[in-house]
Amino acid sequence: MLEIVNLHASIDNKVILNGINLKINLGEVHAIMGPNGSGKSTLSNVIAGHDGYDIISGDILFDGDSVLDFPPEKRAHLGLFLSFQYPVEIPGITVSNFIRTALNEIRKAKGEESLGASPMLKLMREKMKVLEMDKGFLSRSLNEGFSGGEKKRNEIFQMAMLEPKMAILDETDSGLDIDALRVVANGVNALRSDRNAFIVITHYQRLLDYIIPDFVHVLFNGKIVKSGGKELAIELEKRGYDWIKKEQK
Amino acid sequence: MKDRLSAFYWLNETQFAQASSEQITSQRRSAIEKFEIEGFPSVKDEEWKYTSLKKLITPDYLFPSPFVPLDQEEQIDFNDIKQFLVNDIDCYQVVFINGRYSSWLSETTHTNYDICTLGSAWKKYPEVVESYFNKLTKDDGPLVQLNTGLAWEGLYINVPKNIIVDKPIQVLYISTGDTPVFNQTRSLIILSEGSSAEIIERHHSLTNHETWTNAVDELHVGSNAKIHWVKLQHDSSNASLTQHSKIHQEKDSTAIVHTISTGGKLIRNNLDFSLTGKGAEARMFGLSLGSDRQLVDHHTRVDHIAPNCSSHEAYKGIYDESSRGVFNGKIYVHIDAQKTQAYQQNNNLILSEKATIDTKPQLEIFADDVKCTHGCTIGQLDEDALFYLRARGIRNKEAKALLMLAFANDAIADIQHPSLRVKLSQLIGRKLGVDMSNAL
Ligand SMILES: Nc1ncnc2c1ncn2[C@@H]1O[C@H](COP(=O)(O)OP(=O)(O)OP(=O)(O)O)[C@@H](O)[C@H]1O
Ligand SMILES: [Mg+2]
Repeated sequence: MLEIVNLHASIDNKVILNGINLKINLGEVHAIMGPNGSGKSTLSNVIAGHDGYDIISGDILFDGDSVLDFPPEKRAHLGLFLSFQYPVEIPGITVSNFIRTALNEIRKAKGEESLGASPMLKLMREKMKVLEMDKGFLSRSLNEGFSGGEKKRNEIFQMAMLEPKMAILDETDSGLDIDALRVVANGVNALRSDRNAFIVITHYQRLLDYIIPDFVHVLFNGKIVKSGGKELAIELEKRGYDWIKKEQK
Repeated sequence: MKDRLSAFYWLNETQFAQASSEQITSQRRSAIEKFEIEGFPSVKDEEWKYTSLKKLITPDYLFPSPFVPLDQEEQIDFNDIKQFLVNDIDCYQVVFINGRYSSWLSETTHTNYDICTLGSAWKKYPEVVESYFNKLTKDDGPLVQLNTGLAWEGLYINVPKNIIVDKPIQVLYISTGDTPVFNQTRSLIILSEGSSAEIIERHHSLTNHETWTNAVDELHVGSNAKIHWVKLQHDSSNASLTQHSKIHQEKDSTAIVHTISTGGKLIRNNLDFSLTGKGAEARMFGLSLGSDRQLVDHHTRVDHIAPNCSSHEAYKGIYDESSRGVFNGKIYVHIDAQKTQAYQQNNNLILSEKATIDTKPQLEIFADDVKCTHGCTIGQLDEDALFYLRARGIRNKEAKALLMLAFANDAIADIQHPSLRVKLSQLIGRKLGVDMSNAL
């Protein structure tokens, strides 16, 4: 469903993605690991349509069609979702207004009726229950003053509301305590089906005990240098990245 | 134009004199004489450095005479002005057309307090008017003097001790007619000890001709009294407003002023507070949305005269296209005003290369035990925030508007009536070209 073909991208003339190839089918979970600065967030941003990067060559296909020319909102309308590594704080917009606006914009783009206030609230309550979130969050300013863990939980809450086809979770586990990690992972697992797919970016194999991946990829210097099954993550946890870096030389 | 205005005064002086006391007439006369000497302010004047009145004073304005009843052209009915009123809150309503009172569009009262018009108060309450009129404005600049000389009508409120006005007072100043028109409006508001009132004010022009309203307000807020005043400056694109509002506050009084400037050609607000009694509190919020070639100029001034007073000022501006903003915030902490707390913040977004804002905080502090903070920012929309919203499916234009609304939000957050807040958000949304109904 999502296919990344020989993707090269740069920012300020600095090449960051160096020929990425990745194919993701419905029903699959792909984990991407890799050292700091290897380009994981850059890849996520480029897929989501951030216009701060120059695409030097390659392509991103969604259901077979190139989305390179699509603005971020259009990609979201197609079912793409990015859970940000660092969600932005936006004072003055409440969580509920934000999600309501987003969901209705997506419904509108799909030609569906917008959801009224009370079914919307009901849906929000249901999803928040799964994620064990206090409903007080709804009236708070978006991410403002949220703890690191609360921000991540809020990202997953948005994902649960928007029900994307292709979700990228960029280090959703960092900042979560052990209980929160379980809750968030359960939230993700509850959404898993053969009608969607996930990219899970993480530094820790622990998350992958909860969200069990079909594939694990290692990103290094803007390239996927190794792919394997979930046992690769266990090996990385034990051995670190040095041996992979050496293999590269 | 200066000569025509002064001729207008001398032509009408007998009528002014007949309709009010001698003392008032002599104040009018000396005000007009000051105006004759000084003329209109020019950009050479430090206070008017960024705002030129040159274009504003060129049209061949009609000066409506307060002593001539409204003519056929000026007659309007409720349907013409309904949209400019807040209709879902029960209010007293005072409507003026070209500086004259329209009784058939108004609902006034004299029962527990006076909510009526200055035009009737000259005769009805001469002692009260004499003891308050022009007390706060004597030393002001030429536009204020011009108003003191010529103004006849405007809102008059007098609330006795410990009385709470039970519903908001809505005042609407309409300009209309088939020529350019220059109106002087004047309000006098007296809140005695422990009383309180809430005012929603709006100016609106119904004509395609140039209109200019030169308004002056004097507010006396007694000890422990409270005024909440919302000024909605959402006029049409050929209407200009210069407004000087002077607020005199006594012990433990509170004054809250919201100035929402979203429409009009040239807007100049002078908003001055003097905190003369211990524990007085002034709060002012501004929101300016400029587009096209609009100019919104805010000059505010707080005089901390007594100790233990506080002032809180938060002004926001969003300027697009070729619009211009000016913010000048003066805070004077006088020598006896120990334990003053003053806060001032001016934040601006500039959305186009041609838009500009000149912002200048001006603090002069003569007491030593005070807490003053101030700051100003000029920036663009946060790109990361914009990407965040767009990545969630919110289209570019809507996302921008949502961020602007979020930026603007705390300028209206303190407005008490939810329905007024909603109306303001809608006005802002419409101004930003977006249907905000989803986001409310
Ligand atoms: N605006 C920018 N200008 C220059 N370099 C940048 C810019 N943005 C990112 N980079 C660089 O691109 C590289 C990849 O960054 P990226 O955030 O994608 O790494 P990452 O794999 O997500 O790292 P982490 O594990 O720490 O989250 C880094 O070296 C980073 O410094
Ligand atoms: Mg990263």
